[in-house]
Amino acid sequence: MSISASWYLALSAVVFAIGALGVLVRRNVLIMFMCVELMLNAANLSFVTFARTLHDIGGQVLVFFVLVVAAAEVVVGLGIVVAIFRRRASTNADDLHLMKG
Amino acid sequence: MTAVVMNLVVQGTRPTIPDVGVFAVAAAIILAGAIGVVVARNPVHSALMLVMTLFGVAVMFVLQQANFLAAVQVIVYAGAIVVLFLFVIMFLGVDREEDIAKEQLRGQRPLAVALVALGTTGLLLLGEVSKWTAGQPYVAGTDTGAPNVNLLGKSLYTTYLFPFEATSALLVIAVVGAVVLARRPPPGDRMTTETVLGAEVPNDAAASGDAPADVLGDAPEVEAEPAPGETPSVSPGAEVDA
Repeated sequence: MSISASWYLALSAVVFAIGALGVLVRRNVLIMFMCVELMLNAANLSFVTFARTLHDIGGQVLVFFVLVVAAAEVVVGLGIVVAIFRRRASTNADDLHLMKG
Repeated sequence: MTAVVMNLVVQGTRPTIPDVGVFAVAAAIILAGAIGVVVARNPVHSALMLVMTLFGVAVMFVLQQANFLAAVQVIVYAGAIVVLFLFVIMFLGVDREEDIAKEQLRGQRPLAVALVALGTTGLLLLGEVSKWTAGQPYVAGTDTGAPNVNLLGKSLYTTYLFPFEATSALLVIAVVGAVVLARRPPPGDRMTTETVLGAEVPNDAAASGDAPADVLGDAPEVEAEPAPGETPSVSPGAEVDA
């Protein structure tokens, strides 16, 4: 029989934590985006694990949707980054304080 | 029902040696890649580390008989999304080293590490002590544990047909949004993303000595007109453009 689900879930939690830490600590917008992708992948791993464990294919269908949403999110997010970079010449999140009062 | 679910979760049978080996190697690859994404100073290295993590996750999918998702993971994530990331990094020319040793916000990193550690510990404890509840299983079809592309497709086009159609609308919206965001504004059109974002540009240009808009060499005519109500500061780049 295959590996117990707990190992997959623990790995998923750790990868999610690393991704969250990256979003909090890094200041480069592109790297923050990549860390968001890490967190999405950790969630995907959990979904597949639960799909196998609970014998419900819905988890795998949900991973499919997460993939689509991640692709759309990356396209729009990188479009925003390019639009900002044209004006500010920076991808540093600390430079983006236009809405500061 | 709960007892059945718990029995499925616990799975008393012992894993085989090849399974354990593949899991350990893939987990090491995933963790190394994830840490590399966070600590790499160069964004290109981060993107390559992300590819490594994505491949490891694909191996995990194969290990759990989600073969179709593993293929999609490699094709869509590693093949499309990361390439898009790399394209933008190269396009913007930000593939230079970044000093991550300097802490921009005092006390932020210890706080972030503490919060994330707390959350992860709670999550792992939750997995240890709580009973995983799953509502009503078998809504979408039974995952038999065998490779199941046909089952996945059937579920996607029957039970999840409406979400599937909604994703098509989402993708169209994303494409239109990307085109609107990335296109160059026509001259004289004042209310675009770039003109709004560029309201502070003359000050920055005066401070840094060059005009940021010239980095990509486009749309100088928009930069020449400052936002109304703002005193046009003396900027050599803006004057040349005007």
